[in-house]
Amino acid sequence: MPSLPHLTPENTPFWTGGAEGELRITFCAACNHAIHPPEVICPQCLSDSVEARAVPGTGTVYTYTVNHQPWLPEMEVPFTLAVVDVDGAPGVRVTAPVVDADPESVGIGQRMTVSFRQQEDVWLPQWSPVR
Amino acid sequence: MKAAITGAGLSDLGRNTQRPAMAHLAEAAKRAMAMAGLTRDDIDGLCTYPGRSDASPGNSPLGTGEVRNALGLKTRWHAAIPEGPSQMAPIMVAAMAVLTGQARHVLCFRTLTESSSQTAGRRASVSGSGGERMGGWLSWLVAAQAVSAANWAGWMATRYFHEFGMTREHLGMVATGQRAFALHNPLAVMRKPLTMDDYFAGRMISSPLGLFDCDIPIDGASVFIVSAPDAAMDCAAPPLWSEARGTALDSQETWDQRADLTTMGSHDAAADLWLRTDFKPHDIDVLGLYDGFSIFVPIWLEALGLCGHGEAKDFIAEGNIGPGGRCPVNTGGGQLSAGRLHGFGLIHETCLQLWGCADGRQVEGAKLAACGTGGGFIAGSMLLRRD
Repeated sequence: MPSLPHLTPENTPFWTGGAEGELRITFCAACNHAIHPPEVICPQCLSDSVEARAVPGTGTVYTYTVNHQPWLPEMEVPFTLAVVDVDGAPGVRVTAPVVDADPESVGIGQRMTVSFRQQEDVWLPQWSPVR
Repeated sequence: MKAAITGAGLSDLGRNTQRPAMAHLAEAAKRAMAMAGLTRDDIDGLCTYPGRSDASPGNSPLGTGEVRNALGLKTRWHAAIPEGPSQMAPIMVAAMAVLTGQARHVLCFRTLTESSSQTAGRRASVSGSGGERMGGWLSWLVAAQAVSAANWAGWMATRYFHEFGMTREHLGMVATGQRAFALHNPLAVMRKPLTMDDYFAGRMISSPLGLFDCDIPIDGASVFIVSAPDAAMDCAAPPLWSEARGTALDSQETWDQRADLTTMGSHDAAADLWLRTDFKPHDIDVLGLYDGFSIFVPIWLEALGLCGHGEAKDFIAEGNIGPGGRCPVNTGGGQLSAGRLHGFGLIHETCLQLWGCADGRQVEGAKLAACGTGGGFIAGSMLLRRD
């Protein structure tokens, strides 16, 4: 499997929110700017007051690609990677594999909902079509 | 005051050469010094990108120290630039070094042995296969199973197709056009004609990008000599002045968060370039544009202002960038056909064009070249001018 991320204070809410079934995005408490990838400071107003908040876990496909090449020995292909504009977090996209769908059926504008796949202490987001 | 490229050399490029990286480097260095009419004793600076790295097999097997040792150099200045403005950063930094008097003649190099590494079972340019935990921008992509830049370029191409009606045929024109150039480049690794049927017969890699939309891992080295303005006048070849360099970067270090993914860092770097020169896009005679993936070529064309946003598909279809076109791009075959020297090879080719020694692919009277390297958030641009 591909390498997992190092957990840090700023990214832990994102990578572990799946334990409670939540997609957590970091926001600035001062100016409400959505910060992704998360930072310990707000890049918009430089406030130190940032916090992770649960968002609805839905979004709209901005773009995608169907990967056909088994880059790693155990990689099963084809699968689709979707770059999704996340509801409730303006300007933030979460890129993740699409599950529970024909890889060729994914399209721009399609509505998606998040689920999570646990690997060690990380909950990896994955998108599936809203039914 | 401008710095100049006074020499350029390539090693014999190849696939699975099983030749030591240093043999490639030494060959390219000797050729570059011969072109400049310089000897080893004239070289007092050394610069590379990214520096020795074992992170991606064969991607950068040599650092400045090893090259200094092997070539017996005595340097007054050296640097490896892993985080500069794109793959051409060492040339830009060397230009600053000679303009500030730190060195007179800087040898800039890039060596790759990705083909041999791949043949030995260590796949090149795939990230996050080591099992260890990762940090930084790459960790977000790898955790999403987007382990190859083909994926990142693929989703950019999907969005571009969607917004502007580009099709695979347009990218096929980039690939087949560059191959047509490569037939006239004795150093290109791919020297058989590529038809549009061949292009479409290539297997899909990461939609909409297929096999022939991806550059080719090779073994080889590329060397430039960057010289101070007065020192350049004493060299054998006419100086190629580094007229302007664009290095701006306005958005985050990511491949998926830029607000408009039909643009790249290329747009920031190119806008910055035009602020630093009186030349205009229509003055450009020949271009070297980063083609790690074919989709980067139209995006760089638009970034540099050769055509408007969304117009590159028509610009390409009208035959502007191929052999005989008004704005020839990657005339040596580019990375798609000559092989992946990670930006350096594209700049080498524009130097040959300006020196008038590009043989059967020579662009008549070329005096001004534009180079754009990098994809995604990685970008740098440069104008090279011959008086």
